[in-house]
Amino acid sequence: MLILQIAILVMVAAAGTAVVLTRDPTSQVIGISFFGLLLALMFFIFQAPDVALSQIVIGAVALPLMFLLTLAKVRLNVDIARISDQQNAKRKENEEAA
Amino acid sequence: MSRRVRSVLFVGSALAVFFVYLWAARGLPRFGHYQGPYGDVINQVGVFERHATDLVTAVNFDYRGFDTLGEEFILFISVIGVTLLLRQQPEEAKDEQDNMAKNDESLGRDAPEPSDATKVMTLALVGPLVAFGIYIVTHGQLSPGGGFQGGVILATAPLLVYLAGDYKTFQRVASHTVVEIGEAIGACAYVAVGLAGMAGGGLFLQNVLPLGTTGNINSAGTIAVISAGVGLEVAGGFVLLMHSFLEQALSLRLRSKQ
Repeated sequence: MLILQIAILVMVAAAGTAVVLTRDPTSQVIGISFFGLLLALMFFIFQAPDVALSQIVIGAVALPLMFLLTLAKVRLNVDIARISDQQNAKRKENEEAA
Repeated sequence: MSRRVRSVLFVGSALAVFFVYLWAARGLPRFGHYQGPYGDVINQVGVFERHATDLVTAVNFDYRGFDTLGEEFILFISVIGVTLLLRQQPEEAKDEQDNMAKNDESLGRDAPEPSDATKVMTLALVGPLVAFGIYIVTHGQLSPGGGFQGGVILATAPLLVYLAGDYKTFQRVASHTVVEIGEAIGACAYVAVGLAGMAGGGLFLQNVLPLGTTGNINSAGTIAVISAGVGLEVAGGFVLLMHSFLEQALSLRLRSKQ
């Protein structure tokens, strides 16, 4: 049992560090989902199945989902800004040509 | 602030935290040796007093039921806050939203149709997931789980429908109004159970219902009722959150098309 506990603690620490060191937000969300799963396993190994159940649904499903939807929205905003920039530049070129 | 000052500040505070942490860790009880009296007391009298076999749920919904009431309303208020923050702005017109629901379109390309494998897997999972969620909600007093955990599991069922279909199917399966009403009823139920204790001449949240036979699904009195109410509230709250987030992420897609 103690070996299992040490192993899961090391894995949680490694996964947490990996999430912090990941720079790309989308990969980071996938990483945090995996980290949530490991945390749930840790709670289970430390004999807290009630907390493990909450953690598995919140940490592995609900939290990453909200991050992903927020990222999708932010990315679309950036895309829109870029497209309208391109359109403005084109318009300017046309005006100068005329 | 120059780089030098910052690194000096970091090393100084990191060392301070390290030594304080070390000092605190020395004062902890040995690993795996629980010292407080409450856990042992609850373990000894809990099953006898409340006829509940999962004492975590008994503590949550009975012994410290008032704290859990506060926690439930923290979630309730948070959901209201998110809904308010992500509400449709005046420039996001209603007809745009209707269009968006019909099309679910992405920037400059059609939204990809979910693959057959995704459709079959997710739709096959919806039924078992709902059954499992209800099981977790109703068996909170008997086995690990309870209203909160089961509620979130129930809330992921409409999400699977969205994965297999589109936003419009999601809206039809989990209608905004129905979900809102469900959430409100769930939140009210907790307070109502609490007041029922007072109506019987007892205390707020006193366990006034018959306790039943230990191990039966209708045992543990008010614990089972509160658990069901919390399940409804949490499931409704999370589906409402998904409504707000999906609405925002999708309505922008449509606006970008114009």
